[in-house]
Amino acid sequence: MIWDWDFALRIIPDILRGLGTTVIATFFGSLLALAVGLVIALANRSDVTAVRRSSRGFAEFIRRTPLLVQLYFIYFVLPQAGVVLPPLLCGVIALGLHTGAYLSEVYRAGIDGVPRGQWEAARALNYQQGQTWLKIILPQAIPPMIPAIGNYIILMFKDSALLSIIAVPELMSMSRNIGNDSYRYLEPLTIAAILYLLLSGIAVLLLRIIESRSGMARLTG
Amino acid sequence: MSQFSDYAWMILDGTWVTVKITVVASVVAVIVALLTGVARTSKFFWIRLGPTLFVELFRGTSCYVQLFWAFFALPFIGISLTPFVASVLVLGANVGSYGSEVVRGAIAGVPRGQTEASVALNFTKLQRFRHVVFPQALVAMLPPAGNLFIDLLKLTPLTSLITMSDLTYNAMAVRQQTGSTFIALATILVGYFLMSSAIAWAIGRIERRASRGLETGPRAA
Repeated sequence: MIWDWDFALRIIPDILRGLGTTVIATFFGSLLALAVGLVIALANRSDVTAVRRSSRGFAEFIRRTPLLVQLYFIYFVLPQAGVVLPPLLCGVIALGLHTGAYLSEVYRAGIDGVPRGQWEAARALNYQQGQTWLKIILPQAIPPMIPAIGNYIILMFKDSALLSIIAVPELMSMSRNIGNDSYRYLEPLTIAAILYLLLSGIAVLLLRIIESRSGMARLTG
Repeated sequence: MSQFSDYAWMILDGTWVTVKITVVASVVAVIVALLTGVARTSKFFWIRLGPTLFVELFRGTSCYVQLFWAFFALPFIGISLTPFVASVLVLGANVGSYGSEVVRGAIAGVPRGQTEASVALNFTKLQRFRHVVFPQALVAMLPPAGNLFIDLLKLTPLTSLITMSDLTYNAMAVRQQTGSTFIALATILVGYFLMSSAIAWAIGRIERRASRGLETGPRAA
């Protein structure tokens, strides 16, 4: 028998503990990405040319370089500048920056998708800048963004496996360690893959449900 | 100074390996995307089933997990791949699975009138696909395909983790030998950025060429 059930059942608790760290990294990475994306999206709309150019250049650079190398950069270069961070935090920063650069484009598309007449109407009705954003633009811009944001967060969940390279004890890291200790890779790596598959599959289904709900809310409300 | 040129050679050597992996894996990805993408537009459930499972399997986990599985777990069921073969097959299948959706969507997006017109003109099924549907779908495929080729390039650093001496692997070796972490990592970040930008530029040119004579596309706009 190639697949050892006893061994597989014995290692599941350890792997599940790693899953907890994966979820934590994804959660905080998502929060950071949402914030970074917003900052970049707003800077991209700035009236100051230098701000606009540098934020666009920065986002483009992040999107065109590999996550693994960015992770190495944060993990190995920052300590040389005197900033020593725990591995999990380095991982969250890398995931947040990388995904944030992509989310800035989602925000842009969402905001640009609001018809110009809405801005003009807000001005005609004497809405202030803040009111215009909060009451007119964002309520219309956010629902169409939800599917895309969700997809990027699911991607981040899968990509968070990379944190095992900088010794964050997450799902993939636990499986690799079990493999290294026992010289059996088939069971731990397969269980890890199934967990990723299962959770991202559930997330995709949830996202579809939310998507149809928010679509309905828009139609009736 | 001779040492400096040694390190420069290592970086160039690594770049060449990265380019090789990217090109061969891209060919695999295009084949996977076209085969599974076209099969998934079939009206027969049994033809759609296999490709759909394949695509969902590769999209549900990250490329890193798949690469480790192919390199460390597969030998337990008697299949040992060399690092290069494992790299190009996994990267190709992974990116090809995302491409599959692009192909399927583009074919589904060709207006029905086009199919009806070619039926009316007595085209065979193959002629219809080859001369009418596919050329139009191709134009819609190119922009997302360009992004996928860049994604593929950005996945190649993962192969350094299964002992391919690509750009990232060699840069980390230079880092260890010289201790200049910042220079090594900044160099390859710029290197990857330039390669991604070259892909983006090339796809832009192909896009303009492919959309000649069509009513839509970057040229008409």
